[in-house]
Amino acid sequence: MNRVVSYIKSLFLLELLQGLWLTGRYFVKPKYTMQYPMEKIPKSNRFRGLHALRRYPNGEERCIACKLCEAVCPALAITIDAAPRASDGQRRTTRYEIDLFKCIFCGFCEESCPVDSIVETDIHEYHFEKRGENILTKEKLLALGDRYEAEIAAARAQDAAFR
Amino acid sequence: MTQQVLFYFFATVLVAAALAVITVRNSVHAALSLVLTFFTAAGIWILAEAEFLGLALIVVYVGAVMVLFLFVVMMLDIKPESMREGFIRFLPVGVIVALVMLAEMLSLIGVKALQAQALPENPALAAGSNTAWLGKALYTEFLLPFEIAALILTVALIAAVALTLRKRSGVRTQKPGEQVLVQRNERLRVVKMASEGGKGESA
Amino acid sequence: MESVIALFNSFVHDWPNLSLFIGLILLPLLPLIISVAMYVWWERKVIGWMHVRMGPNQVGPLGLAQAFADVFKLLFKEITIPEKASTFLFYLAPLIALVPAMAAWAVVPIGEKLAWSNANAGLLYLLAMTSLGVYGIVLAGWASNSKYAFLGAMRAAAQVVSYEIAMGMAIVSVLILAGSLNLSDVVQAQAGSKGFLEWFWLPLLPMFVIYFISGVAETNRAPFDVTEGESEIVAGFHVEYSGSAFAIFFLAEYANMILVSFLSSILFLGGWLSPLQGLGLGVLSAPGWWWLFAKAFVMAFLFLWFRATFPRYRYDQIMRLGWKVFIPITIAWIFVAGCLAYFGGVTIGPGGNP
Repeated sequence: MNRVVSYIKSLFLLELLQGLWLTGRYFVKPKYTMQYPMEKIPKSNRFRGLHALRRYPNGEERCIACKLCEAVCPALAITIDAAPRASDGQRRTTRYEIDLFKCIFCGFCEESCPVDSIVETDIHEYHFEKRGENILTKEKLLALGDRYEAEIAAARAQDAAFR
Repeated sequence: MTQQVLFYFFATVLVAAALAVITVRNSVHAALSLVLTFFTAAGIWILAEAEFLGLALIVVYVGAVMVLFLFVVMMLDIKPESMREGFIRFLPVGVIVALVMLAEMLSLIGVKALQAQALPENPALAAGSNTAWLGKALYTEFLLPFEIAALILTVALIAAVALTLRKRSGVRTQKPGEQVLVQRNERLRVVKMASEGGKGESA
Repeated sequence: MESVIALFNSFVHDWPNLSLFIGLILLPLLPLIISVAMYVWWERKVIGWMHVRMGPNQVGPLGLAQAFADVFKLLFKEITIPEKASTFLFYLAPLIALVPAMAAWAVVPIGEKLAWSNANAGLLYLLAMTSLGVYGIVLAGWASNSKYAFLGAMRAAAQVVSYEIAMGMAIVSVLILAGSLNLSDVVQAQAGSKGFLEWFWLPLLPMFVIYFISGVAETNRAPFDVTEGESEIVAGFHVEYSGSAFAIFFLAEYANMILVSFLSSILFLGGWLSPLQGLGLGVLSAPGWWWLFAKAFVMAFLFLWFRATFPRYRYDQIMRLGWKVFIPITIAWIFVAGCLAYFGGVTIGPGGNP
């Protein structure tokens, strides 16, 4: 009996028709593809993208070379050298480099920073054209921080209640 | 006039291709030349307004038989050297067979061809389409030979299957028919399990 | 010798006439190529929609120029030949695939008294042309001197030969009911006063299904695309092809798909006859080429729908389906069709009054 039923099923292509019905339904369903470069998904204010070093409003760089970020970095992507600054003898970094090939964007550096200096911005559209461009030097990081300070500050302010 | 040009064109290609069949070293190339031979022969037949025969030649020989032939020839690993090994030794036999066949052919066709014959009116033209005429002729005048030919072909088919079919024990093959018949509940058992009350995780 | 020269002279004399003929012969090819391009675009759209994607939508309005962009990309690419490939056959194979796909259109009528050749043996000619297409694939596989391509060629040869039988049988059943090998007569035989119920799909429903499925198998489309089988044998017979040679294979495949769509509309769905024929609804009941194109469009859509829905058959399952399922059913239904014809279940031959 079972055999007969399944013969009839396969002769009348019932299961194939079911499959066609399924794909047919999806055919007319609305599509929710994002047209990426033209449309973008809204990003969380906690989005962890490209790094930046911030400054205080008076222009002084925040980083005090405590090396907590270097210590916490699970991918060993951060390299810091420190020395007293020539002008006033304050402890500052002479070298602050992040290797973006190593970085896993975990955000630990940002969390560990006592002065909110190293932050991760929401920039995720960037590219390298030459070998070596993957290293974000201190100058680049500071430049990024200067350029996107408004956005960075706004994102931090939105998230302030949860920190 | 175009017809004549086409005929000579087809005829040249036909003869050249037929020669290639027996002279080309590569067996696949030879098989392909045979395809070309059949195709141009079909072209000539269609030119002679025997369109059914011409197209049937393409469908049957070019479309099916030669595909299988190619299939086999491609799978074979034929070395031209070993093929030519016994050429001289078997040459006399080959020549004798060829001569006998030639003599038979001549006696069959040649004798008749010696006297000119007035061809009867083409019955196919009278019927309008030679497909229809051929069908009528096959199923009325030549019904018995036609059925006998069909029977012989069927017997040959069954014989070919019977000769090559052997049951081998210990061979594991898939049976798609049975695979298709499988029901979900033969393969899959859904087990409902009571939760263990968090005993395992607490440690 | 003189006669040969005279022959040649007359041939040259005929030339203007002849070139007119050749122009007429080439006339349908341009629309065919453009429709292939549009069909590729439509396929990508449809499959995209069924995957809940959008499909190509960047090149031109709605992505319509995508196919042309692809064509130009392929044309400008280099054709690489494998080192030990048989060069002549390697170049010949795509052409052999293309020529029958194009030549078959010679007898396809697109309307009443609208066919390039109203040949009496039109159906047989179509069968012959579609059976030739496999040579392109087999040769491509063999000439490439590649294992994957060769496997694809072997599969193609076996599959096409198997399904050709079922396809031929389905056509025979149409012949029995139509009483003619002429495609225009086949369509005329489906004329009548009961709308789409007069068409052959109703008395020959299993044959219609088998014909179309065999058509899918003959064109090596999903779910019968084991010759390409990208998950098993990379890309099958055209692994080694690139650039315009690959484009020609592509063109041939899609031209064949469109051909099968047209043929199933002509053989089983009444060709250019209106689905409301004989009901006296003015333009809606009038026959016209637009009906044929609409039907062919639906059938072509089915090709894409199948591809988006069904996973690829295993090779032995394909063989089983062809030999153990389709051929017995077709033989049985030819008997049924014969009975229908003999006992007058359907009107035989061109004689209905539209």
